[in-house]
Amino acid sequence: MAMQDLTYDQTGSKPALVRHTASLEIDNQTGYRSFQAGSFAFKRNEYFATISWPGGSHTMPIDAFLRALMRDIAWGFFYGVVNFDDVFGTINHYGEVTMFAGRFNEAYRSAGRDFEERFPSDVLMPLFTAMVGDWTNEGYDPFAAPMETGAAWGVKNGDNHEAVQRTRVAARRMVGLAGDVELRTDENGYPVNRMFADVPQDAPIVEAEPGFEREVSAFNLFAYLSRSDVTWNPSVCSVVGDSLFCPTSEEFILPVDHGNDRVEWFLTLSDEIYWDIKDKETGRPRAKVLGRAGDIYCMPADIRHKGYSTKRAMLLVWENGSPVIPELIARGEAPVVPVVF
Amino acid sequence: MDYITRFGSLRDYAKGGIEVIGDDPKNYVFSNVFEVASRSAPYERVAVGKNFEYVIEAVRAEGLSPWFAAAHDEFALCMDGEIEVHLVKLTAPDAVIDPASQGGRQLAEAPDGVKMGRLVLKRGHMGLLPRGAAYRFYTDQPGVVLIQTIEGPLTVQKWAEICLTGAEPKH
Repeated sequence: MAMQDLTYDQTGSKPALVRHTASLEIDNQTGYRSFQAGSFAFKRNEYFATISWPGGSHTMPIDAFLRALMRDIAWGFFYGVVNFDDVFGTINHYGEVTMFAGRFNEAYRSAGRDFEERFPSDVLMPLFTAMVGDWTNEGYDPFAAPMETGAAWGVKNGDNHEAVQRTRVAARRMVGLAGDVELRTDENGYPVNRMFADVPQDAPIVEAEPGFEREVSAFNLFAYLSRSDVTWNPSVCSVVGDSLFCPTSEEFILPVDHGNDRVEWFLTLSDEIYWDIKDKETGRPRAKVLGRAGDIYCMPADIRHKGYSTKRAMLLVWENGSPVIPELIARGEAPVVPVVF
Repeated sequence: MDYITRFGSLRDYAKGGIEVIGDDPKNYVFSNVFEVASRSAPYERVAVGKNFEYVIEAVRAEGLSPWFAAAHDEFALCMDGEIEVHLVKLTAPDAVIDPASQGGRQLAEAPDGVKMGRLVLKRGHMGLLPRGAAYRFYTDQPGVVLIQTIEGPLTVQKWAEICLTGAEPKH
């Protein structure tokens, strides 16, 4: 059993940081290990993950829990709020992270039944990583579309470390440049996805004069996306300052309700994606958006959103990674919408 | 089962939309890059996305463009057509473009520099428009290119004309 120091500290007006996490015993019947982070306890069985905290508990289907947990890990707690569902999730404070139950649920809040604790990110992340590693069985890939992976159910049956230990791909300048993220090919393990078999794989014509081979560069972004082996997992493909083009391929359901703390832009590059938009704080429905190929639209900073795509689609997620924005958010000065007209 | 991937083009695009439950559709700044380009002048750089100082510009590529340059990298993503990109390494980039400036700038005359090379971008191809270089586009047929850049003097902002406002006719 791994146990970190149990220490709570209080600095200024900031909430006390919880540093206690633990990997607990293995259940004799299911074979799964239980986990603890502060006052939160995590346990899985054949079908469900159960989270408990002082005064409450919550159960999620294990496949949905693992898909959400995988994104929270892969995205480094992402921008803003990662709602695993209507009850449980995390808030990124960029260096620290709040884990909550009912924090963004109107009924829990009005009844005073919500609960939250704040952790250093580098304390909580290893626990989440250990949990997804232990709870993911052989043959199940929480990054994959449901029709492309095995089942999450059942008692402990091996593992799939290769799938759950993928790192987020982040180009420094542009995919395909010398020394940057390499192109995806059959040879390096990225075959064309079954739903993108008709996407042209041609390469752009690149004619560089001698000495300019490192700057005269282009690649086929749509072919690159057609070979993605994950869903709902943006990867950085081109960078202008803090402007990050993070395209991704989308099939089935965005595994989380992403609660924005800043404006986030989407450009549907192919096919179509439906979005449910809810109020960030209460979860009340606000709008439904249908993005078809060529549609560009933003998510305001006061909503949560979940996407749906039957035919695997290409989506350009456009993020602003400026380090100034968390300071604006903390001061309540980040704009809710990008433009007013 | 065979799947068909649907891309858009100037001639063939289907716009989605917003079903409002309790919101203002303007909050979503929703437009369609093919529709925007179909109503633009050639090489007008119309902002279709804005995030603080950063923008995505939708450009109708048609014929030969002026020469452009920027003090920072930009990227061109071809969404429709076949578009040539000509690149010239500027002899004195700081004299042409203020190194502290942001966004694409149009050059008053042909660039003084060395030919770097040429790209030919088809749908889905992304090319680097490197800092310190001048570039221009050429195409036989109208096409659409998106530019990842920073807001500058060439960036045209006409959000009320291009975005859904809720006043559109219901179908």
